[in-house]
Amino acid sequence: MITTVETLHPPTRRGLELVLLIIAVAIVLLAWVTVDLNRNGTVPANIVPVAGGFAALALIVHLVVRWRAAYADPVLLPIVVVLNGLGLVMIHRLDLARGRLGVDGDAYRQLIWTTLGVVLAIVVIIGLRDHRLLRRYTFISLAVGIVLLLLPLVPGLGRTVNGSRIWISLGPFSFQPGEFAKVALTIFFAGYLVQTRDVLSLAGKKVLGFTFPRGRDLGPILVAWVLALLILVFQKDLGSALLFFGLFVAMLYVATERVSWIVIGLLLFALAVAFALSSFAHFQVRVDLWLDPFSPSSLAMSDQLAKGLWGMAAGGLTGSGLGAGRPWMTPFAESDFIFPSLAEELGLVGAVGIIILYLIFCQRGVRTALGVRDGFGKLLAIGLSFSVAFQMFIVTGGVTRVIPLTGLTTPFMSLGGSSLLANWMILALLLRISDQARRPLPPASDTPAADAAAADVTQVVKLR
Amino acid sequence: MNTPIRRLSVLIAALFAALLVASTMVQFVQAKSLDAMAANKRTLLDNYSRERGAIVVADQNIAESVKVSDQYEWLRTYPQGKLYSQITGFYSYAVGNPYGLEHVSDDLLSGGSDSLFVRRVTDLLTGRQTAGATLDLTIDPKAQAAADQALGNSRGAVVALDPQTGAVLAMVSHPQYDPNPISSHDLKKAATAWDALRADPNKAFLNRGISELYPPGSTFKVVTAAAALENGIVTDENSVVPGPATLDLPLTDTNLPNETGLPCGPNNQTTLIHAMEISCNTAFGSLGLDLGGEKLRAQAAKFGFGDSLQIPLRVTPSSVPAELNAPQAAQSAIGQYDVLTTPLQMAMVAAGIANGGRVMTPYLIQSVRTAGLDVIETGKPSELSQAVSARTAQIITTMMVAVVDKGSGARAQISGVAVAGKTGTAQHDPDKPPHAWFISFAPADNPKVAVAVVVEDGGVTGSEIGGGRVAAPIARAVMEAVLR
Repeated sequence: MITTVETLHPPTRRGLELVLLIIAVAIVLLAWVTVDLNRNGTVPANIVPVAGGFAALALIVHLVVRWRAAYADPVLLPIVVVLNGLGLVMIHRLDLARGRLGVDGDAYRQLIWTTLGVVLAIVVIIGLRDHRLLRRYTFISLAVGIVLLLLPLVPGLGRTVNGSRIWISLGPFSFQPGEFAKVALTIFFAGYLVQTRDVLSLAGKKVLGFTFPRGRDLGPILVAWVLALLILVFQKDLGSALLFFGLFVAMLYVATERVSWIVIGLLLFALAVAFALSSFAHFQVRVDLWLDPFSPSSLAMSDQLAKGLWGMAAGGLTGSGLGAGRPWMTPFAESDFIFPSLAEELGLVGAVGIIILYLIFCQRGVRTALGVRDGFGKLLAIGLSFSVAFQMFIVTGGVTRVIPLTGLTTPFMSLGGSSLLANWMILALLLRISDQARRPLPPASDTPAADAAAADVTQVVKLR
Repeated sequence: MNTPIRRLSVLIAALFAALLVASTMVQFVQAKSLDAMAANKRTLLDNYSRERGAIVVADQNIAESVKVSDQYEWLRTYPQGKLYSQITGFYSYAVGNPYGLEHVSDDLLSGGSDSLFVRRVTDLLTGRQTAGATLDLTIDPKAQAAADQALGNSRGAVVALDPQTGAVLAMVSHPQYDPNPISSHDLKKAATAWDALRADPNKAFLNRGISELYPPGSTFKVVTAAAALENGIVTDENSVVPGPATLDLPLTDTNLPNETGLPCGPNNQTTLIHAMEISCNTAFGSLGLDLGGEKLRAQAAKFGFGDSLQIPLRVTPSSVPAELNAPQAAQSAIGQYDVLTTPLQMAMVAAGIANGGRVMTPYLIQSVRTAGLDVIETGKPSELSQAVSARTAQIITTMMVAVVDKGSGARAQISGVAVAGKTGTAQHDPDKPPHAWFISFAPADNPKVAVAVVVEDGGVTGSEIGGGRVAAPIARAVMEAVLR
């Protein structure tokens, strides 16, 4: 119900966000205490500083949002705090099982990365006053995205993990640059498509009820396709290829409102998958494992999918309880398989809860895309939301046997700094756009932001 | 752009719906079958971390879980070593639990059974681990020990039943194995022991009492006599039956000879009781001809042939082939041709005669108790079938007593007790000695125990001596153990 008065002065909903945040922090702390009670029979010794620090992080973001993005969506941040926190609790729980304590533990590193993620989000919220400013960097984003994507292929820098070459090593640190490429390319897609959408959506012939684009307008989708193919061939990473190409097709569809792009996209991807299947044993193995993970030959090749499924089955409806299951028996329990790990200990009830949290997060992003007034913002918001949703689907669908297993991180939960930083950045951007979407229109149009947007448009015309 | 955004949001919802469905499939719909997969070490660890119920014989644990300090928490041990190996099976982290009660009663022993549901719910509320149920067996430890000792180094099996209830009093199969090393938490040791057991040419893992099929030989003449009496071909033990040295079989050149090469009585005739005493092949062969295959088969079925019993160990069904022609019927009547039986089945034949013709369903578990000592299941005697009339049973008992008193089963005599028995010698391989058989029950007037004994390759070709000399003393030892 929107009344006239509320239209003029919509509530900021910061109070609601604070309440949800308190609940979120409480859930995470309860989970953590449960783990330690179940494993060691005691409340964690460092509960006061760590819990205080975690709550403080959440509170700081909340205060920054209150200060700089007062109309931002109130649900996004609390969901991210719960997901990130549950990921931390599970990583800590696996540390306990493996006897890695304190600073030796993965949880310690993940906590530091979480802090850095929060800092990055704050920088974005404060530094980026208006998301439309990002349009200036459309082609820089493209360059950054492509460089990041191709970095793992640089000899001496790239590392092959679990058959896929999607990591780079810099001294003691390792990154998955693809996570940041995702953000950069989403910005590029949004900026590029908002300029070209008219051409891409209007010209073309009608065949079988679909308006197909002219041959020369196929350029962009072919470039994206070739890029995805390169990832597929040289990095052997079906997950990333699927994510980037799916993201591009989805955004193309939103920009042009033309179903034919989806048809073309699906055909192209099917072609690529057929090619990959016929050319690389790596993919055939994954498909075999997907079709029958429990056959003796599959188990001899790789039993990680089977072990993950057994873990989930062991959890059953209500789960073993945090700290009382055996998630460490599954390889990559803290990264690709963190969802089965949580599902084992929290049960189907917990698994459903986590999936619903992601769903709400993405649907709040969709709501933001619907609400924001400018085309660039719409594309950026839907692109970011869809990338989180699609990535969650690819990795979780992989471990629950909806699709073949491909290595991707579970957003906000998996162990890994690059993933956390990139996803906190996505959160910050969505908060920024949603603030723009819900903020009442300024009385006059000569605000710096509108000027910037206007300047942006002029610049783009020059570029073309 | 709002229309495609809305459509995309529907797609996002559909993707997540797929994840919800998949999670529900894995964690709810398929959870039980995933848990039950043999390669699933989680389930095994899960069971290990729970106190598995004991298997008890007369207040002594024959399988128990002992608390240890390694990661598996509970070590399964078998205090009696080999003696009960085929009954219990083993419980190994390295191998699993493929045999015995550890296999078929896993649900109860591990505490996962539906009959323990109430207990599990209360344990859930009080935060306790549900311990497995304890199985009390019907086995009489004296009879089990006597059977084990009497069978000695021979390959074979002994099964003893309480004829009035069907309770299994002894079940011994030789050779045996020690289940302890396979159940060891030293996985290397366990794997070595398992490999040795698996490769054993004598198949020590096999419970010969219920899982191996043998030709019953002359012990099957009890079934033939029952069929002849029930069908009115003979009226009582003194009925005159043919007993030539060789029985001419129709349709074929091969004839059915007596082992001795002599006729069973003057004028190639004898009485039914004498034919039983000396195990006259031609007499029972001719009864088989008169009966025909179907009546013989029907009588055998009434004793339990063809039934798939679970006591709860799975019993391999014994069988008399269908559609026998005349010479095959004659061969089958003396327990040859393709008649195949488990020792338990022949014990049921003896027990059925002993119990006035009523065959009781055999059972091994006397009671199932929760960790809290509540009895949740009790083995109750139940009738499998009325195999023969009380009168027929009485006549056969008289004949079987004569077998022990003055016939081929003399070595089963127990002073002061009337013992009924029947010897058997079953050919199975021309190059090997025949199997020696003995079935019996005692006391004949108020039976407390029925026994079937088979000693593989224990007979002497061309003689009934095998069953009488080798198998009868084993049966006697078991009967004495029960009666004293």
